[in-house]
Amino acid sequence: MALLSKQSKKAVADPLMSNNPISLQVLGICSALAVTTKLDIALVMTLAVIAVLCISNTVISLIRNLIPSKVRIIVQLSVIASMVILTDLILQAYMYDISKQLSVFVSLIITNCIIMGRAEAFAMQNGPWKSFLDGLGNGLGYGIILIGVGFFRELLGSGTLYGYQVIPEFIYAAGYENMGLMVLSPGAFIILGLIVWVQKIVGKVDQE
Amino acid sequence: MHSNRYTLIFTTTITMVLAFILSSVFSSLDDLTQKNIQADIKKNILSSLGFSPSIEAPWTVENVEEIFNESIVSFVVNSSGEVVPNKLPEDIDPKLEEGLFPLYKKVVDGNTDGFAIPISGKGLWGTMYGYFAIEPDGATAKGITFYRHIETPGLGAEVDKPWFQQNFVGKRFIDDDGNLVGIQTVKGKVDESSDEAYHLVDGITGATMTSRGLNQFLLKGLQIYNPYFDQIRKGNKG
Repeated sequence: MALLSKQSKKAVADPLMSNNPISLQVLGICSALAVTTKLDIALVMTLAVIAVLCISNTVISLIRNLIPSKVRIIVQLSVIASMVILTDLILQAYMYDISKQLSVFVSLIITNCIIMGRAEAFAMQNGPWKSFLDGLGNGLGYGIILIGVGFFRELLGSGTLYGYQVIPEFIYAAGYENMGLMVLSPGAFIILGLIVWVQKIVGKVDQE
Repeated sequence: MHSNRYTLIFTTTITMVLAFILSSVFSSLDDLTQKNIQADIKKNILSSLGFSPSIEAPWTVENVEEIFNESIVSFVVNSSGEVVPNKLPEDIDPKLEEGLFPLYKKVVDGNTDGFAIPISGKGLWGTMYGYFAIEPDGATAKGITFYRHIETPGLGAEVDKPWFQQNFVGKRFIDDDGNLVGIQTVKGKVDESSDEAYHLVDGITGATMTSRGLNQFLLKGLQIYNPYFDQIRKGNKG
């Protein structure tokens, strides 16, 4: 059964690699720097962004023909803001510890350019199902980078992965030290830069 | 092109729909959120007093409540160190009442096993909140925890780490003449042979401002409760 048509697959798969919102469109950088010090935080942030992106894309697509074009940005923004607050409330009720660590960054999903960008560029022109898939694809594309950056920052900066110690004690005893730079924002910039570089070489992506 | 009238009606409707959804979700989840916040505070009081969750009994909202009710007595003291009768920490309205301070006592088999006091003050980036636990002698540190802060991960945020918090255990914040000296974090390692080592702990490299803030607000917190602990040190209360 063809659950996903070729076009739908493209909507999900494209943003993962060849049109990644972070590494190629360079959107959503701020949160990629802020919430990637630990893998578990990056993972929850990814889920929150995917949820917001899918729901807001679907809702906006459903009402796209009703939205008066002169106020469309404000309408999109209020839908997105509501979804973000909703996500924040749910996190506070069911995942309190993680929501404490994400703190203000969940609310800042509102200003994440990816979400506004997808609403304006895709959901306003396409049907709800396609918009949902587009949201899923872009959310996953965002998440892959976030988790990638989080993986290296936690490993190099704290010697742990997902909170578990992975760098054994004897290596520390031999004089190895955690790289303090990795837990600060410049560490994220460096890792992100390297990811963009590797992707350009491996993917042979040529934007121009 | 839609008319102005349509635009107005549309925006009003969508605002009302969204506001309705949000407020109903908020009111249905608020109880749960408040419970989480309360449990989180209790968790911190418990861990400053030396309780810790185990793999068999991880801390959930329910069993934190249970452990807390079993072993912690909470009460309120005023600025001259007297216990205020018939008042609990949750009754204090900080906007209306000044000079009332919550205190948590750990009781094991009828004996006092320590006290926890709230501490808060400026770190590098913002206010840090935590609890400081004191041994029954009223002069020795039993533990320290933080439940809210926005210090730099890897630097100031190391205050959350066991290595840093363990430093405090057993340190004295009272000198030989009975004066309150507080506990200071120092740059680098403490010289254990020095006469001052009893109230000094190892600092966090690269977090000078966080450490300096902590030194100050810990002392400030201890000063507030000093009249009460003074009585304890003199043996008037137990």
